[in-house]
Amino acid sequence: MRVSFLFFSFLLLSLQTLQANILHVGQGQVFQQIRPALAAAQAHDTLLVHAGFYQEGNLEIDRPLTLLGMDYPILDGGRQFEVLTIKSSDVCIRGFQIQYSGRMATIDLAGIKVLAVNRIRIEDNRVYQCYFGIYLSGAQDCVVRANDVHGTPLEEQNTGNGIHLWKCERARIEWNYLAGHRDGIYFEFVTDSKINNNFSENNIRYGLHFMFSHKDHYLDNRFRSNGAGVAVMYSREVQMHRNLFEYNWGSAAYGLLLKDISDSQIEHNRFEHNTAGIYLEGASRIRVLNNDFLENGWALRVQASCDANVFRENNFVANSFDVATNGHLVLNEFNGNYWDKYEGYDLNHDQVGDVPFRPVSLYAVVVEQMPYGLMLMRSFMVYLLDKAEKIVPSLTPEKLQDEAPLMNPLQRTAD
Amino acid sequence: MQRTDSQAAVTALGAVAPITSHAAAAPRASAQSAMLRIVKYILMDILRNKIVLGYTLFLLAVTFGLFNLSDNPAKGLISLLNILLIFTPLVSLVFSTIYFYNSYEFIELLAAQPLRRSVILWSQYLGLGIALSLATGVGVGVPLLIWSGLGGTGLLLLFITIVLSWVFVAIALLASVMTRDKAKGIGVALLLWFYFSLLYDAIVLLLMFSFNDYPLEKAMLALVSLNPIDLGRVIMLLQMDVSALMGYTGAIFREFLGTIWGMVYAGAILCCWIAIPLSLSFYIFKRKDF
Repeated sequence: MRVSFLFFSFLLLSLQTLQANILHVGQGQVFQQIRPALAAAQAHDTLLVHAGFYQEGNLEIDRPLTLLGMDYPILDGGRQFEVLTIKSSDVCIRGFQIQYSGRMATIDLAGIKVLAVNRIRIEDNRVYQCYFGIYLSGAQDCVVRANDVHGTPLEEQNTGNGIHLWKCERARIEWNYLAGHRDGIYFEFVTDSKINNNFSENNIRYGLHFMFSHKDHYLDNRFRSNGAGVAVMYSREVQMHRNLFEYNWGSAAYGLLLKDISDSQIEHNRFEHNTAGIYLEGASRIRVLNNDFLENGWALRVQASCDANVFRENNFVANSFDVATNGHLVLNEFNGNYWDKYEGYDLNHDQVGDVPFRPVSLYAVVVEQMPYGLMLMRSFMVYLLDKAEKIVPSLTPEKLQDEAPLMNPLQRTAD
Repeated sequence: MQRTDSQAAVTALGAVAPITSHAAAAPRASAQSAMLRIVKYILMDILRNKIVLGYTLFLLAVTFGLFNLSDNPAKGLISLLNILLIFTPLVSLVFSTIYFYNSYEFIELLAAQPLRRSVILWSQYLGLGIALSLATGVGVGVPLLIWSGLGGTGLLLLFITIVLSWVFVAIALLASVMTRDKAKGIGVALLLWFYFSLLYDAIVLLLMFSFNDYPLEKAMLALVSLNPIDLGRVIMLLQMDVSALMGYTGAIFREFLGTIWGMVYAGAILCCWIAIPLSLSFYIFKRKDF
């Protein structure tokens, strides 16, 4: 029974494939332009677009089609139109160079826009100088893969996002390169999605920005030199693993900004050269494990509104400040981390320091209250005061301490 | 410290007598040439002195050591900044004061000659300043050249260190001319070092705590200008982009000190830090009764 069912469906599938035609578009082909080919195509046909320059205003795809570009044919919006608008499910766009969409304050014109349809694949395209790059709205089970999206940013309000998702489910965003947009990747109300191996850099606001997006996985991404790093807000059950946050450097920049996040995991990430590695505000029940914090201004800025977060087995190396906080109440747990500023001893040689480490220095507390106090940074006086405070804590939160600081940095195996 | 025997000094100079004969005919030109000769003599005397050689070697060792120890030249530069900001003022102050008192007999001898007092003090100042600048240039400049290719920040650090040497030699001269008592003079110099390196920052910290409720950003800028060491440190830190940590204050500081005009302002303030103690010491030295 089951075998026959499989066989039957296979037959049906192959029949369908047989029915599907390939429509050639290009100079000297059956169709000179894409628009007539789109009109002529049957559902499940393939449009094979040969290399060339196509400026046809806004192209709307209203039936399930596969559009394949050979040697990256150029679809140009002439700085006026949205280039591709997908209004049918089961569409695949692959191998195009899409450029110069219009810019408009009222409508978010995009290089490729997907509107309320499912199972779209957007792969291996170059999206250059568009207002919004790839825009998915109300779409489910879509894949955006290996696209190169970059633009030249104007001011924040006149620049769109690289990959923009609104109200989507089960999206997969992978192996994309994003640069020169407002937010590299923007998620709002996107759930159960997977974002992996993307590289987002030099965007004027955030490399990755998501809000109200629950149960998403962010793996192996790299966020570099974005205006304000990565911002994660109002979400829960988020997994962030093996990402690299680096060179987000500026007076309001963060490697990772967490605001009102709960029940999430942040593991095996690397934070390097950020003004603040992780900034936590209103964060609850987040497990920050096995991360490396290197040469950040602040490795962690934990606001007093955070509770029940766990920081374990992280390496803190060469940060100006390891931890800063704005209150005395400590509801978070620090345990078994390596701190390069730790000066304790280990008599029984179990690689765990025998005296606890307080990662908040007096000077960090002073600076938290009085930012202009940074004028005295690296002053000899500050160094002496920090030493004195370490011996007898008075101003720093006494409870904020790592009971089992490690003597040696944790070695990370596979990178 | 090498004692300057006045008799030997005269023979070494050898030119003091001719100076006097010229002095009447062309006072300006001869004052300059006399000063040049005295500066040269003082410079040779200091360079023969083992202390400056030791200081140079110390700087060399520290700089080489720091760049060797830290894998990252930028971090080496920051550690170097910390050490230089403590030691340059200390060595400049103490060495200059001691040298001044040790060459008191020589100064008295020169004062007995028909030389203007300003020429005598100028030559002391220039001799000490040039010697310490040379020590810094060799001790810090050479390793920087090897390690960081003497990029913009390295050059700035070298420049700040040399300017600080000149500032603190000027302050040391002021401390020395104020009293004849060597112990007192050295004590004053040490106290001044203590004040500029430690006490001042503590006072600033105290002010910060006391006036926490007021917007202190601009006041901080003024307070920075009142201590050459702090000014040097802040200029360096701004170059090293620590300003990103400072948020609003950083923006103000950067906007002000990070620009060309800020640099001009900082340079002018540092010049004031040379000019004011120096002119004060000239004022006192000219009226001094030996």
